[in-house]
Amino acid sequence: MIQPRILEVRTKILKANDETARAMRRRFEAAGVLVVNLVSSPGSGKTALLEETLRRLKARGMSVAAIVGDLETDNDARRLARSGVPVRQIETHGLCHLEAAMVEERLAGWELAGLEILFIENVGNLVCPTSWDLGESVRVALLSVTEGEDKPLKYPGLFNTSDLAVITKTDLAEAVGFDRALVLANIEQVRPGMPVLEVATKTGTGIDPWIDALLARRVALLNSR
Amino acid sequence: MHELSIAMAVIDEVTKQVAGAGGGRVLSITLRIGRLSMVQEGTLRSSFDLASAGTELLGARLEIIDVPVRIWCPDCSAERELPGIQRFACPECGRLSGDIRAGRELDLESIELEPFDPTATEQTSTEQTATTPTSNEPELIQPQPLQQRDQP
Repeated sequence: MIQPRILEVRTKILKANDETARAMRRRFEAAGVLVVNLVSSPGSGKTALLEETLRRLKARGMSVAAIVGDLETDNDARRLARSGVPVRQIETHGLCHLEAAMVEERLAGWELAGLEILFIENVGNLVCPTSWDLGESVRVALLSVTEGEDKPLKYPGLFNTSDLAVITKTDLAEAVGFDRALVLANIEQVRPGMPVLEVATKTGTGIDPWIDALLARRVALLNSR
Repeated sequence: MHELSIAMAVIDEVTKQVAGAGGGRVLSITLRIGRLSMVQEGTLRSSFDLASAGTELLGARLEIIDVPVRIWCPDCSAERELPGIQRFACPECGRLSGDIRAGRELDLESIELEPFDPTATEQTSTEQTATTPTSNEPELIQPQPLQQRDQP
């Protein structure tokens, strides 16, 4: 009599990543660090917004830092380093997303105590980062006005796992015939209730509310401890 | 191509689980893949073929259970299955809801191992010993030729 042998496992495929992310999240929370994971397609303005954000937060006397992921080159890290805050680069060498272990490795030797906000700029990709938790406190999906209003519908997975959406390059909205009401409706459809901010990094429009939103999240993090 | 990373994570986890259960040859692996995980089934299958080459899982069959999105509709006080992933609205009343109850799964559900066959045990072990006298692992998995894998 042949007995079938079935192992009922019922576990997460990305269990190892989830466990690393959970351990990091505990460390971040204990140290009072708000961790912001920026996700978007390539060219949506993540680095430009981040550079401006780091500069402004530093000017307010805050302790901030960034980890930036790219397939190749450390151009973005060098660009961000101009803001005068600590920046570390992760080159993924072809991998389309960051994983928790990569962030953990880059954190080695970094003193978290005293740090207030850590930004993680993910690899520019609207699909692959979806399922990888990096231990972040907040996942921010960026979408530029030049990309087309249906982006949220085409990439619902990433928008649906985000906590905040930021529409970028709004200074170009008129030139490209951007349909603001449509994109807001599309975001609402794939992630009902998600707050949406609108910024133009170049002109500075909308940057203050974005900074305020980050600071409010950090206060909430501190209060939840 | 995050499917390759997922396939590699499946292989790591299955290898660990099988070793923990005393070893054995894996016939099939059942996964539950939620539609919001943005995994392409075809890409996952070819990634698994690629990543399992040279491992003990080469030739194992992937069974993929597709999990649709389910939301909680506060107006209907009911869980509703969505036909797609573009609109998180109750299909009955149209109410938008961000309360997601299913659809994000990336789960390893079960592993089917080659069955024990008590009537064949003695003979098999004799054969094993005869052909591979140095092996002390009678359940060592032999790689199968690629073209045979998709046959029933």
